[in-house]
Amino acid sequence: MAKLTFQGGIHPYDGKELSKDKPIKELKAGTVMVYPLSQHIGAPAKPIVAKGDYVWRGQMIAEAGSFVSAPVHSAVSGTVKAIEPRRVASGDLVMSIVIENDGQDSEVEYYPVDPENFTKDEILRCVQEAGIVGMGGAGFPTHVKLSPKDPDKIEYVIANCAECEPYLTSDYRRMLEEPERLVDGLKIILCLFDHAQGIIAVEDNKPDCVKLFREMTKNETRISVRALKTKYPQGGERSLIYATTGRKINSSMLPADVGCIVNNVDTIVAVERAVLEGKPLMERIVTVTGDAIKDPRNYKVPTGMSYTEVLEAAGGFTKEPEKIICGGPMMGVAIFGTDVPVTKTSTALLAFTKDEVAAWEPGPCINCGRCLEVCPGRVMPSKLADAAERGDEEAFLELNGMECCECGCCSYICPAKRPLTQEIKSMRKIQLAKRKK
Amino acid sequence: MSKLYHVSSNPHVRAASSTAGIMTLVIIALLPAAGFGIYNFGPRAALVLLVTIASAVGTEFLFGLYKKKLTITDMSAVVTGLLLGMNLPVTIPLWMAAMGSVFAILVVKCLFGGLGQNFMNPALAARCFLVISFPAQMTNFISTGKGALDAYTGATPLALLKGGETVNVMDMIVGKTTGTIGETSMLALVIGACVLLLTGVIDLRVPGSYLVSFVIFTVIFGGHGFEPAFLSAQLAGGGLMLGAFFMATDYVTRPITVGGQYVFGIFLGIMTGIFRFFGPGAEGVSYAIVLGNLLVPLIEKYTRPIPFGGKGAK
Repeated sequence: MAKLTFQGGIHPYDGKELSKDKPIKELKAGTVMVYPLSQHIGAPAKPIVAKGDYVWRGQMIAEAGSFVSAPVHSAVSGTVKAIEPRRVASGDLVMSIVIENDGQDSEVEYYPVDPENFTKDEILRCVQEAGIVGMGGAGFPTHVKLSPKDPDKIEYVIANCAECEPYLTSDYRRMLEEPERLVDGLKIILCLFDHAQGIIAVEDNKPDCVKLFREMTKNETRISVRALKTKYPQGGERSLIYATTGRKINSSMLPADVGCIVNNVDTIVAVERAVLEGKPLMERIVTVTGDAIKDPRNYKVPTGMSYTEVLEAAGGFTKEPEKIICGGPMMGVAIFGTDVPVTKTSTALLAFTKDEVAAWEPGPCINCGRCLEVCPGRVMPSKLADAAERGDEEAFLELNGMECCECGCCSYICPAKRPLTQEIKSMRKIQLAKRKK
Repeated sequence: MSKLYHVSSNPHVRAASSTAGIMTLVIIALLPAAGFGIYNFGPRAALVLLVTIASAVGTEFLFGLYKKKLTITDMSAVVTGLLLGMNLPVTIPLWMAAMGSVFAILVVKCLFGGLGQNFMNPALAARCFLVISFPAQMTNFISTGKGALDAYTGATPLALLKGGETVNVMDMIVGKTTGTIGETSMLALVIGACVLLLTGVIDLRVPGSYLVSFVIFTVIFGGHGFEPAFLSAQLAGGGLMLGAFFMATDYVTRPITVGGQYVFGIFLGIMTGIFRFFGPGAEGVSYAIVLGNLLVPLIEKYTRPIPFGGKGAK
């Protein structure tokens, strides 16, 4: 049964008041747009344009590289300037299509699903061709998620509206400003699963959204709204499934194994747009906030736009920041320069005048056990980090290191300020690479 | 590129609590009992505490010079010095007290790798070391002249109890009896324990299971059944409160697993009972805890938490 929460977790300062009450502002695309071919989990997309080609807004510029992959579309019209490796937020160099914006916004024509031919295959084809991936941050291709082995065994389609990451309010604003898109999107996904119930799962720090959705869905027999206890990482897939259905999955299981499909707010809205308007994924809501930002709020940003241009459009800095983070403060990536593109999975851009991590000197573990208490994966972070530090792979696996979901709670809570998550992540990466071989 | 911003692995925020902050809270929580000790035993008690703290911090500082690493700022040496001092009789020769601190910090802590690496509670290990080395001086308890009963004797209340005499339980709870500097006042120790419980520094898992199992053991094997006066005296005396709330809860030397903490607490309760009722002495908290410390790796091994959703593929 639904517990509406999970064991472990933390309550960090949430910083949401900086941006939560301001309406979403639309940003005009920049002059040069960069489209990495790998904005998702799976095979990179394959370019279908060449240098010098003219492209339209909404045109597919790279096709899916395999089943687990997603196509990429241009959000501007203009000329392909280059196809070359470019730096992305993770720090990697990724092959990217660079487009010079001609400012004309010449747009392709969109073909939504024909209401006469509203079949499951049509919906899936639309989602696949729109290049939709999990927009909460992971970037798993959505059409793959929506095509489980046995669709009849899916009992719950969960809309992840928890938004548990501190500072982030993009899902919140989207829910307030376009709630009907979310509900319609969820209904479309429910069409794919005949035996499924839809759950809109919102953290109880957003009572206005809970009320709004309860009102909107009161006549829907297949959709219910759940107010979950506010706690990080409530929006983590495993925590969310447990809180809403009481079912548990571990690292080697998929949500579909316990009859669940989980999608983030923006992803569901993208599905709605793809199916009802035929529009591909080429914009997203990005929270631009932090104490160094002049006008913290949410922006509707065309994908491919450089963060430098996003920051300029957002009014720039009040004070020179020390740290800039792509994504939330718990799971986001720090970037050393802002010259990286907004991708399908960019949830936020945070600029802080002080780097809390550098302010503390890590000390020795005092065995206090706080990391065990907050760990939603119920593993032993301090012992795992010890094993990772000394390169003891056997001990790491024996201590269930692969069950870590890298949420960061242990590093946050550690009074000795040890970089526990970092140590565990590094070792997990090594182990995952070994598995693939 | 003009300016490079800081980069680090996630998460990018940190909670406010720190090692030094936790140690400072422990020191604050020990102050009521230490203060009562000074009131109870006179100014020499303050001198003993000062000597143990100064020599503990001094030892850690000198070892830090040798290792080229300043570690005294984490405040843990102050905690060790204070705890050791509170575990000594007021009559202890000052050089012995200092020697205890040096043993605690140098041998038990620093030589095993410093904070977090010691496998025994340094203060208790040093107390055991002193008891074995100087049994006469370590059990030289003088009358405080404050309680009703022990105005004529230097024996601790638990020793009197074991000898078949009666004790004033009220005096024991308030602390107007003899014993080591910091162990006599159950009241002051419980006030301090509340500070630690309310600030989340400790929880009731270890002290709770320790005290409950000890009471059950006492009811069964103590020879007095459910007699409230006897039970209260057993709880208030012999440093049980000091041990249960301030030393058995020492992070480094208790199991880190939740299940293990209950096992550890129950083990301490039973061992304390065995030492008190079946051993030659009247007390046994220190030995029970030190013995429990040695079993921690074993307890942890068998009480590992089950991961969320069960074990996945390796």
